[in-house]
Amino acid sequence: MAVNSDLSKNKLIEEFLKGLWTENPVFVMVLGMCPVLAVSNTAINSLAMGLATMFVLVFSSFLVSIFRKLIPAPVRITTFIIIIATFVTVVDMLLAAHLPVIHKELGAFISLIVVNCVILGRQEAFASKNPPINALSDALGVSVGFVFALFCLGSVREILGNGSFFGIPLFGSNFEPWIVMILPPGGFFALGFILLFFNQIRERKKGAREKNGSGASWKQSRYTTEYITENEHGISD
Amino acid sequence: MTDKAKIEAVGKPEPSSARLITTLGIAGLMAGILLAGVNLYTRPMIKENRAMALQNAIFKVLPGCVEYVPLVMQQGELVEWISEGIDEEISPTIFAGYDSTNVLLGIAVVGEEPGFQDIISGIFGYNPTEKLIVGFEVLESKETPGLGDKIIKDPAFRENFTALAVEPRITTVKEGQKNNPHEVEMITGATISSRTVVKLINKALGTTKEAMEEFAISKQESDGGE
Repeated sequence: MAVNSDLSKNKLIEEFLKGLWTENPVFVMVLGMCPVLAVSNTAINSLAMGLATMFVLVFSSFLVSIFRKLIPAPVRITTFIIIIATFVTVVDMLLAAHLPVIHKELGAFISLIVVNCVILGRQEAFASKNPPINALSDALGVSVGFVFALFCLGSVREILGNGSFFGIPLFGSNFEPWIVMILPPGGFFALGFILLFFNQIRERKKGAREKNGSGASWKQSRYTTEYITENEHGISD
Repeated sequence: MTDKAKIEAVGKPEPSSARLITTLGIAGLMAGILLAGVNLYTRPMIKENRAMALQNAIFKVLPGCVEYVPLVMQQGELVEWISEGIDEEISPTIFAGYDSTNVLLGIAVVGEEPGFQDIISGIFGYNPTEKLIVGFEVLESKETPGLGDKIIKDPAFRENFTALAVEPRITTVKEGQKNNPHEVEMITGATISSRTVVKLINKALGTTKEAMEEFAISKQESDGGE
């Protein structure tokens, strides 16, 4: 019994870490680029957008997972969209009521969370095939990964483009802000360099694993199994 | 996928139309109930935030304004708004702004016009004595982020509305081609949104300009009389 509970606990942690690092939605899967590039010009905007996405993803995944056996396959995408759009509208209204300044800054991007492929992707690939606790763990991992990525990008852009962090000036008056960093091209520059940095880390780790021997092949086989399991569910649903 | 699973997948009967409709109906109903509940909770707060944003916008579009009074159009004339007996859901859209010595500085008018994405709602300050627009602020807009939404923040575009003549009529010109005081330079990449702002002002002026000028004259006369 204890072994089973340890195994399931490990599985939950694994699901969480997968979204956070090995399958990070932005740095690895390069998904949801529209909000990532558009609203990441300051740290506070990035954080607000990330948290709004997290709210939608976590609640949608939990609901989709609870009702997964009741939703017929031909209307599953439509149902997922209804659930996602509902939570997006909820978060939109809550932000307008409690944080009107941030709501105005994020503007149309809050409504656009509905079409963020990270969210629909997790419903289709995971939440609709797994029990609620696993779906919750996966959604939390992916959303924390998304918030982390947005926050990295927003911080870099605000520090370089505005010379401040969360609105607090960091450098003296001699600092000339790199205005381009808070403009749309700055989003691409910053994302490019951050992707380069994270790919470099991944490559190094991969190299180290290959040197050590079997570690890599174990990971490879784990992902292959997972892929097959998901595919089977996909067709049988 | 094993052969057994494949056979099961193929052999599974298609769900009936009734089941599909019921599922979508229930999902829609649940979504509606949740949204109605959240709307009931957030509506008063959103309304209060909007009122606060409107108040800040009035002070911005009428520089020097410290106090304002809502006005209402009655038989072609502007009179001060008396909220008693008027439906609370109807909000005033015209405001007379006064300075610290209670002298009329100008009139702020709220207008709406369909933009590129959605309705753009804005407020402008009009000085009826000098016949000039003295300020403009966007109240609500869902214009394309990075393009159309420049009408909110672009400093060069906002500069157009600090002393804009309204006669003969406000017109739009391309960037860098402004020669007359009644011309507004559009933003490259936000042409439709820029034009919408000008349309919004012209439309609101069309219905209120004369009444505002008469209101200013009557105010001056009554102040002089005192």
